[in-house]
Amino acid sequence: MPPYDNDRVAVELTNPGWSQPEIHVPAGGGDGEPVQRIRVPAALRYRYNPGTAATEFLLALADKKLVGGVCPETGDVYVPPRGMSPAVGRPTVGTVEIGPNGTVTTFCVVHIGFGVNAPPTPFVSALILPDGASVSLYGTILEIPIEQVRTGMRLEPVWVDDDELTTSFENIKYWRPLDEPDVDPEQLKGHM
Amino acid sequence: MADASSNELLEAPLVIEYPFMRTTGPVIGAFLTGLRDGRVLGITGADGRIVCPPVEYDPMTGAALTEMVEVGTEGVVTSWSWVTTVREGQPLQHAHALALIQLDGADTSMMHVVDAGTSAAMSTGMRVAIRWADEREGLISDIAAFVPTGAE
Repeated sequence: MPPYDNDRVAVELTNPGWSQPEIHVPAGGGDGEPVQRIRVPAALRYRYNPGTAATEFLLALADKKLVGGVCPETGDVYVPPRGMSPAVGRPTVGTVEIGPNGTVTTFCVVHIGFGVNAPPTPFVSALILPDGASVSLYGTILEIPIEQVRTGMRLEPVWVDDDELTTSFENIKYWRPLDEPDVDPEQLKGHM
Repeated sequence: MADASSNELLEAPLVIEYPFMRTTGPVIGAFLTGLRDGRVLGITGADGRIVCPPVEYDPMTGAALTEMVEVGTEGVVTSWSWVTTVREGQPLQHAHALALIQLDGADTSMMHVVDAGTSAAMSTGMRVAIRWADEREGLISDIAAFVPTGAE
């Protein structure tokens, strides 16, 4: 069974509201603590097929590139590409390379992390608008004190080592600040 | 490196797993503690019958049960079916029997696997014994399998 690092007590019940009678257990057991909790993981196992548009996105990630799909009417670039424009409901026309640098459009400080790759808490999770894109991607911001993170700050992705590149968004380990002037938050409206 | 211009369509395993932690309560907890200690516990029902695996409440009357008793580590197969297509996560990764086993001293049966080799070695009424796991940690899998008596 895999280890889980996020065990924690969410609440201590002072009055459980129910009780069971004392159990009599015959002598002859061991000296260990009685078993009180067990792990019973339940798993749903799928084969996931991302489709043609997301496949292109994932293949580009393996080359440390970001691509988005172009709306046929507005020219907006959607990332990750889904093969259609959610604004007009029509297929996108081709993909274009964007970023990989980007701008923080909004963020929050995470105090309860989960997942095997979560950094130590607290850390900043953000929506990041890649250069040339019309919508933002999720990312983690490191290498800067959390109180200095702000909307409009410029970022670059930090990729895994080349020999660890796969067709996965996890190729981007996290994002870190660029030494560039902030973007005026007014320009970011509508791009979260 | 993958070629973005190819017509390759990706596919990947996707596992959605809920890492449930469940409290056992005193009865199941004592049963699992017993397994860790290398013994099997049942519980005395309202009519005096020994229920194993133990339950917290009497199956007939619903009364809370409290008297746990030790039963044997050998027993009798009361029903079985042969599993040829083994799925991931099952106790044995080769063909085996899923069986109801009434342990000596118990009046009900528990379900577990019998590592019998072939279905020809299986029969209702056959005697089986527990093969304990190498390391016991307080789970039903502390019983690695049941085996025909005399096999080990």
